[in-house]
Order: sequence, then C-alpha cells, then structure tokens
Amino acid sequence: MRSLIKKDSSKALLFAGFIVLMLVFFMLSISLGQTSISLKATIHAFLQFDESDPNSVIVMTSRLSRALIATVVGSSLAISGALMQALTRNPLAAPDLLGINAGGLFFIVISIVFFSTESLTGYMWTAFLGAAIAGMLVFLLGSIGRDGLTPVKIVLAGAAISALFASFTQGLLIVNEQSIQSILFWMAGSVSGRSIDMLIPVLPYILGATIVALLLGRSINVLLSGDDIAKGLGQRTLLLKITMGVLVVFLAGGSVAVAGSIGFVGFLVPHIVKKLVGPDHRWVLPYCAVVGASLLLAADLAARFLIMPQEVPIGVMTAVAGAPLFVYLVRKGLKTGG
Amino acid sequence: MAKTYTVRSKGGRISFQFSKRTFSILLLLTAIAFGLFIFSLSMGSRFIQPVDVLLHLIGQGEGNSFVLNTLRIPRTLLAVLVGASLAVSGLILQGLIRNPLASPDIIGITSGASFGAIMFIVFWMGTVPIAYQSLWAIAGAFAVSCLIYLLSWKKGVKPITLVLMGIGISAIMKACVTFTLVLSDTMTTTKSYIWLTGSLYGSTMKDVTAMLPWVMIILPIVMVLARTMNVKELGDDLATGLGVKVQAKRLFFLLMSVTLAGVAVAFAGGIEFVGLMAPHVARMIIGRSFIALVPASALVGSILVMLADLVARTAFLPLDVPAGVFTAAIGAPFFIYLLYQQRNR
Repeated sequence: MRSLIKKDSSKALLFAGFIVLMLVFFMLSISLGQTSISLKATIHAFLQFDESDPNSVIVMTSRLSRALIATVVGSSLAISGALMQALTRNPLAAPDLLGINAGGLFFIVISIVFFSTESLTGYMWTAFLGAAIAGMLVFLLGSIGRDGLTPVKIVLAGAAISALFASFTQGLLIVNEQSIQSILFWMAGSVSGRSIDMLIPVLPYILGATIVALLLGRSINVLLSGDDIAKGLGQRTLLLKITMGVLVVFLAGGSVAVAGSIGFVGFLVPHIVKKLVGPDHRWVLPYCAVVGASLLLAADLAARFLIMPQEVPIGVMTAVAGAPLFVYLVRKGLKTGG
Repeated sequence: MAKTYTVRSKGGRISFQFSKRTFSILLLLTAIAFGLFIFSLSMGSRFIQPVDVLLHLIGQGEGNSFVLNTLRIPRTLLAVLVGASLAVSGLILQGLIRNPLASPDIIGITSGASFGAIMFIVFWMGTVPIAYQSLWAIAGAFAVSCLIYLLSWKKGVKPITLVLMGIGISAIMKACVTFTLVLSDTMTTTKSYIWLTGSLYGSTMKDVTAMLPWVMIILPIVMVLARTMNVKELGDDLATGLGVKVQAKRLFFLLMSVTLAGVAVAFAGGIEFVGLMAPHVARMIIGRSFIALVPASALVGSILVMLADLVARTAFLPLDVPAGVFTAAIGAPFFIYLLYQQRNR
C-alpha cells in the first residue's frame, strides 16, 4: 500500500498533531452541548469543583465521563480492528462485522435476563466471554476448508453469527419485556448517559491490552510477511496469534460492556491510518489509538448537534461515516493482506 | 420413459418435466402442509378438535367461528403466504448469485424493506391507511436492491460482490432504522421493535387478500421462466453460449425476488432465515431441477413459517412471541452447517 507519509520524522510530527487534535476534541466535547460551557469555566471546574455552580456539576458528572468513554472506546475499537485485520489478513475485519460485538451484547442480555446481573463487573466479564465465544466461532467457521481463511468466508461467517446472536437477543428481549428499556440502551451503542463508574472496572483491562498491543507492533509486521517467513525468522506465530485474539476480546468486549455496539470505528480507522502511514504496525497501532479516539469524540460532538434537542445514536453516526468505505473496498475488489 | 410427466405448450416455449418421484414428493409436501394447517388452526389457548376445524372449513361447524375466522385462519394463511414468498425469493437469489449462502435477509433486501416499513410506522401510522405500509416496504426493498445492484456493477455483477455489498448496505439500513426509532416515541418504538423481529400477530383477512395476488402472480411467472434458471446455474459464459441473455434475465429474476421479499416483510416483518433454509431443504428432497424446486421451496417455506408461528404463539402462553425468533433459532445453526458443508468450494 502506498502511504501518504514516508519519512519517520514527519510521521512523528503528524502523530503529535493528532494528539493535539484529540485533546481539542476532548475539550470541545466537555464544553459544547445543550448548555455550552466556556473553556474558562471548564478549566475552572477541573481545578476547583464547586457543587453550587451548575457548570461545574455538568462538566464533572456528565460531560467528563462522556468524553472519557468516547476516548477509551474509540481507541480500543480502532486498535482491535487493526489487530483483527492483521490477524485475519482481511481488510473487511472489524469487531462489529465479525460478530464480536453481537456476541458480547447477547451475553450481557442473557446475564441480565436469566441471572439478573446488575454489577458492572458482571457485565464486563459476560461481555468478554461473549466476545471470545463469538470471535472463536467466526474464526473457526471462516477458516474451515482447503483454502483456509478467505476474506469472503470470514465476512459471511461474521454475518451469520451476528444474525444468530441478534435474533436470540431480540427473542429474549421480547419474552422479557420489563428489561427491554435498560437493554435497548446497550444495543443502540452510545457514549452518553453512562457514568464514569461504568468505565472504571473495564479500564485496567483495556489499558493493559492497549499497552501490550502497542508493544506487539514489530512482531505483527513480521507476521504479516507470511506465516512461513515469520516462523523461519524464529517467531512463535501461534502464540502471537492467540495473544492478538485475547487482546481483541479485551478491547472489543470491554468497549461493548461500556458503550454497547458501536459499528464501523474498528473498520474505518485502521484503513485511514494505513493510508496515512503505511502498513508498519509500529506506527499503525499508536495512530489507531489516537485517530480512533478523535473520530469517536468528533462523531459524538456531531451527534449532539444534528437534531437538537435530541441526540443521534453515535452508532448511526459511525455507520454513516464507515459504510461508504466498506462499499468502496468491496467495489475495488478484495485482496488479501493486512 | 414413463417415469416422467411432460407438459409442453405449442412450439415448446414453455415446457415442464416432472419425474414421477418429484411429483409424489410434491404431493406429500402438500399433504404435510395441509395437515399442519389444520393442526395449527386447532391449537391455541383454546383447543378445537381437528374434526371440528375441518367441518368449519367446509361450512358445517358451529360455535368456533370467531376464534377461527378472525384469529387463526387469517394468521395461518398469512404464514403460508409469507413462507412461500420468502422461500421462493431465496431460491431465486441462490440461483442468481450461485452462492448457497444467499438469501434476502443476508444480502440486505429485507433491511431495505424494514426501513421502508419503519418509516411508515413512525411517520404516518394512524394518518394514512395501513395498506400503504406494504407499498413502503416494497419500495424500500426495491430502492435498496437497486442501490446494491448499482454499487456492485462493474461491467456486469459478480455474485460475491453482491453479497458483500449487501452486508455493508444492510448495516447502513440498520443504522437508519435505529435513527428513525430514536426520533419516535416509546410506544411506537416497542411496536416497531416487535414488528422488526417478524411477527404474524394480529393478522387479518384483509392482509391475506392484499398479499395473495402478489404471490399468485409471481410464483407462476417464476415457474414458467424457470428453465433459463437451470441454465444460468451453469455459469455466465456457458449460459450466454446457450443463448440466455444473462444480465437482462438476472435483473428480471432479481426484481421478482425483491418483490416477493418486500411483500413478505411488509406483512410479517423480518422473519429471517426462511429464505435461506427452505430452498436447501427443498433441494435435499427434490434434487436440482429448478422448476420443481419452485413449488417445493414454497411448500417447505410455508411449513417452516407455520411451524414457527405455531410454536411462537402456543409455547409461551399467554405471551405471543414473534415467529422470527424461532426461524432464526433454527436458521442460524443451519447457516453455520451450510458454511461447514461449503468449506471446500
């Protein structure tokens, strides 16, 4: 793939630029909304929290958690997308397209309906479990057969597994009507109305997985040159692949537990990033983290303003942004390769 | 060769050939469907003896006319029609795309129909007669199929591109549905949600009479044109060589398939996986002759939807679970089995 930027120094510079962009979006996300809060007041609220000042309360209770969740979810979805694309050598791979989100969601719904789970840690672990099971199913189904893991097969398997889990979820919801409201909240995929308490139990796992993923950049580069070459160079490819799979489960499952199923971020961001900096995963993964966070923050901002006073679900925004790229890639014709 | 029956028009433009075996299988399927129909009418929160049901159908029964005429008969008839249309829609698609995994729900036609119908429910329900809902669903199905077809077009349409494009477009459609639901109030949301899963609850005789013409017109057309379908399964090049106008015929069959799927969604919501399963089951028992597959798939589809609806409305009394949940519960594992079976192709 030809990248737009070739020199390492300019890549580093652009990376710094994206970090600044992310911070700007972060601040905007805190200060803009139905009641706009000036930047000064925002900073003031950080420095001196004052319960009687409504601006402070808005910033510290709803806006800050919302911005933080968007940042964390955006970056972890983007990284998990990049990992999956590398793992399956399939440009169409992403946690939502391959049914991982649907799996996480279904398990959360099961735990709510049958075990009346209410603890956030409970949601988190069920989401991890669901993501892992769905991921394994899709991977197995996609790789059976003589020609192994082809992009088409794995996308079809993903669509089937998603449909399976989605209809089970719907069935459970309709049989168990009283929980429909609380669960629809998850299903739509949103970063609003979630308290910071929902993020905290998941955060250590997501952060840990992100750090490990960033460290794997060089090994992923080797893996992408082909299994045989990687083995010849002394890489334990199976171990690496399993690690990548586990990271995907933590990142994507964690995101679902916090924000529900938000589509297309994990698909779109790695493609933008690879167009910018090329296929070197030492750059791709950190870029994904920052660009993913910026994208979700921006989408969330736009979602607030489009149909004031209501909000567009953020999953709708990301689908509108990401689906055209999907269409483009399918039109261009699929080739294998990370 | 007394083992086949041949029906041929003058000049041989239209001809059917059934083997005796196929013929008896079709008869058997019809018998099963009819039996299930009667059984389905007698089951429910109040059991009615099958004999009484039969008597009622020939106009002799007494006392059950409300339950049967207004509740069970329309519902079961609609199940038959919906099952048949979905099945034939899927059969056409699988032939067209030459991929056994194709079906109206997987390549996104159903999602377009859902979006059209949801638009109607949210914005016009109550102000415009309900009959227009089906038009919206069909329009949605058409619009989305055209979009998918055009976007996949690149000097002709490659089957697999069509499937992948469908997956992408249905993701957008689902986003649009979610968006529309957010704009609506809570009551409409719940209503739309149940509809989306695919339910035959509250069907009336009006629905049946509105849907019947579509099915009655399209199924015979498909059967008559079926033999070009047999040729098309051989591949584009071979079919062109045998004198079939490939792209034009493909478009025509696609339109038939889309209409059937759109109509089915309009009346019963997103009943999934029937379009995928029924043709396969039919192929297992009949073989590969497309012409016999049309009625066979239609019958199998009807049986599937009737069964799903029967279980859905009786197993969880007093709850009325959407039939779509059950078709998905059987259909998704079936899809996985197909993927497994296809592994070396």
